[in-house]
Amino acid sequence: MSNKDNWKIWEVFIRSRNGLSHKHVGSLHAPDAEMAIKNARDVYTRRSEGISIWVVPSESITASSPDESEPLFTPADDKVYRHPTFYDIPDEVGHM
Amino acid sequence: MQNELLQYTLRLGDNALILGQRLAEWCGHGPILEQDIALSNIALDQLGQARMLMQYAAELKGEGATEDKMAFFRDVTEYKNLLLLELKNGDWGNTIARQFLFDTYNYFLYTELLNSKDDHIRAVAQKAIKEITYHAQWSAEWVIRLGDGTEESHKRIQNSINELWEWTGEMFMMDAVDEAMLKAGIGADLNKVKADWEEKVSQILEMATLEKPESGWMQSGGKQGEHTEYLGYLLAEMQHLPRMYPEASW
Repeated sequence: MSNKDNWKIWEVFIRSRNGLSHKHVGSLHAPDAEMAIKNARDVYTRRSEGISIWVVPSESITASSPDESEPLFTPADDKVYRHPTFYDIPDEVGHM
Repeated sequence: MQNELLQYTLRLGDNALILGQRLAEWCGHGPILEQDIALSNIALDQLGQARMLMQYAAELKGEGATEDKMAFFRDVTEYKNLLLLELKNGDWGNTIARQFLFDTYNYFLYTELLNSKDDHIRAVAQKAIKEITYHAQWSAEWVIRLGDGTEESHKRIQNSINELWEWTGEMFMMDAVDEAMLKAGIGADLNKVKADWEEKVSQILEMATLEKPESGWMQSGGKQGEHTEYLGYLLAEMQHLPRMYPEASW
């Protein structure tokens, strides 16, 4: 397989049996989307079967830059009035 | 009747075992990491099926037989696998072609065995069918990608399909054991399996832009214990350790 250009990198997200959201588990190479799903199943669900797999071409993911983390993330830290932690949530509501 | 059931079970178990052994040879040598893992997974699935069937075969044989004795202490003429599965792996496309031709057969065979009157075989089928369904999808998708791929991949896989075709007929040949098992409601009707197989294979080959070879004379003998020169070498490699050190344990 010398023509690696045809084998894009895909990011893999898997929702486990008891999980609520898909978690990023890693990446892999595949020539197209269907193969990426099969490869993800073979590579990342070997020991405990997940129940849902998402694959996304890595090029489609836009990530925040680490250099920008200060302006992006720090302002909220010292503004305690922005954090909704003072409510009592009834159990019936479940996860919020 | 007992002997026929044993033979039938050995045929299923040996198919799984020999194919698992051949696929394991790819471990560490796959063309790309993800496919190395995929093929190793399939090999492990095959070995899992082999274990279940070897256990049942040992039970049927009695005389103190165990699954390990069945796997490691039978010689070439006592093995009842299809000849297709003992052939050398060849290149990636060849392994894929062999896998596709066998998986498709195995899928329809085990679908029939889900209705087997024998409890053990039915239980094995229920467990195995999920794995086999995946294998069949996986190998079919690969055939399509190689066939409808580059000029080189198309040429190679067409070649493999052509070369392997004469080894496919054996999958559907019913002998006295098959007839007896079918009559007892335990075994599958291979004529039905053949019809399903031909339809599916034609469909996938067409999608892969590949030609279906003409069916001519077919190789056979594996189910009766008459094997190619390859099986001896495969068994030597697989069996030499337990044969050298029969008292060893992991």
